[in-house]
Amino acid sequence: MGHNLIQKILAKASGKEEVITGEIIFASPHRILTHDNSAAISKTYAKIVGNRQVWDPDRIFIALDHEVPPPHEKAATNHQVIRDFVKKRGIKHFYDGGTGICHQVLPEEGHVKPGTVIFGSDSHTTTHGSLGAAGIPIGRTEAASVWAIGKTWLKVPESMKITVNGSLREGITAKDVILAIIGKISASGASYMAVEYHGPVIDHMTIGGRMTICNMAAEMGAKAGMVPADNVTEEWLKSFNMEYEKVLPDSDAVYEHEVVLDVSDLEPQVARPHKVDNVVPVSQLPETQIDVALLGTCTNGRLEDLREAASVLKGHVTKSRLLVYPASRKVMQAASKEGLLDIFLEAGGQVAVPACGPCLGAYGGCLAPGETAVSTANRNFKGRMGCKTDTGIYLASPATVAASAVTGKIIKAEDLN
Amino acid sequence: MKFAGKPWIFEDDDINTDVIFPGKHTYTPLTPEQMAEHAMEDYDPSFAKTARKGDIIVTGKNFGCGSSREQAVICLKYAGIDCIVAGSFARLFFRNSINSALPVVESQEAVDYVFENREKFASGEEKISVDFDSGTITILDRTFPFPPMDEQALEIFSAGGLVEYTRKKLEN
Repeated sequence: MGHNLIQKILAKASGKEEVITGEIIFASPHRILTHDNSAAISKTYAKIVGNRQVWDPDRIFIALDHEVPPPHEKAATNHQVIRDFVKKRGIKHFYDGGTGICHQVLPEEGHVKPGTVIFGSDSHTTTHGSLGAAGIPIGRTEAASVWAIGKTWLKVPESMKITVNGSLREGITAKDVILAIIGKISASGASYMAVEYHGPVIDHMTIGGRMTICNMAAEMGAKAGMVPADNVTEEWLKSFNMEYEKVLPDSDAVYEHEVVLDVSDLEPQVARPHKVDNVVPVSQLPETQIDVALLGTCTNGRLEDLREAASVLKGHVTKSRLLVYPASRKVMQAASKEGLLDIFLEAGGQVAVPACGPCLGAYGGCLAPGETAVSTANRNFKGRMGCKTDTGIYLASPATVAASAVTGKIIKAEDLN
Repeated sequence: MKFAGKPWIFEDDDINTDVIFPGKHTYTPLTPEQMAEHAMEDYDPSFAKTARKGDIIVTGKNFGCGSSREQAVICLKYAGIDCIVAGSFARLFFRNSINSALPVVESQEAVDYVFENREKFASGEEKISVDFDSGTITILDRTFPFPPMDEQALEIFSAGGLVEYTRKKLEN
């Protein structure tokens, strides 16, 4: 009987010939990712092992991105604790504030290896399924435990195969596809499962687009969201001289759940407050004024996303406030060379340091009571952007967010004159 | 392991970690007691002040969805919550609960029965009980069975949480 992708990856990561659904295994990751939470994790780590060295300093990855640059003494001290830990433990793969959001930096710096497990104490670790790995989120205490013993337990999950057929109309992008999927499957629809994305639309999707859809697998409750490695993956990884095994699901792999959809008629989508699965086509919204438009984050902060937004914003000045958070320094530099930053600045945009910022209300771009935002981020829970009496956060694609910023209300880019 | 307590009834599904423990506090170093002060603050501002040791949360599906933040578990534990009964739990919240040794049980039937009879719990006198040894939840006149905890989860839980469990593993 054939095996699906998560079964193959978990077998490899646990040193077993094969694994079956429901089995509990101990998996060792290629990388364990943490960010600003590393200070807290290092304290838990000390509780577990005292002064002992980590299991493998070269498999630990830390990027500072949530409160960057530190807005107050507490955050600055937090970062200092992390730097001290990095130095003490000899951790090579440390990326200080400004390098970018952890889920962008990890693949950019060549740390995502197809066919392996990537653990991260961040729910959007699922992003790394975009390169044919299994990006599996864990908690802080678990991250400390992995630093200590190099593995943690996992139950081999059921798998859901999502086949995306058809072809995307002009202006419809990965974000619209994943919002439509989540709207269909629901916020708990893939709970505890490993999701595999298949079909011609996925085959033709860039790695950036795949990152968007795998990033948001977390919003369906999934343990992992993956696109099996293919030519697109190989091409993207070429520059890294990485040795890897192209682990693929068998052609007779078994999936406990299957979903098929055709996106040929898909219109721009929006997730309405206050749930990610509260998805409708933009055209179904009543007139919705916005105060803030957020472009960026680990979901849609890549060069292709900035290009998508810039082509809509070019020549306009926005009616609403516009916040631009490129996902990494490299993205920002490339965007600058292409003149995209000028477009954002001329439009009246507030262009920021590559970091998470407004997405989670931790630092930067908070909303005021009664305000409404449209955002390329991945969550729109009540109070998410720092104010519990905001009227709501709408999630959408970069093009929709850009067009909405121009008019001050949520519209499709194709409706912008 | 047995618990009996007043149920805190949160009748919604998909109660997410942003309302259990707000994002703006997640990078501030807080003690567990300080975390408890912010518990559920964007969902039910009265909770943190009035929750008592031994209370049991009763809630709908997909409780704890969203972020991986462990504070969502810790703040509830230190606010006094001894056990959570939900229609279902989000994956990460469930893991974090096991790792922090906060007992969690899934039973949509039990939860629905509490919701149907919520007026009976309004006084705060009526309790529900959860018995992990016999695998039953007792609500008013009815009992609801639930399956035993996974062996691996039980090992971590019995050790007192993942920190203790990992320490033991390292010592061996």
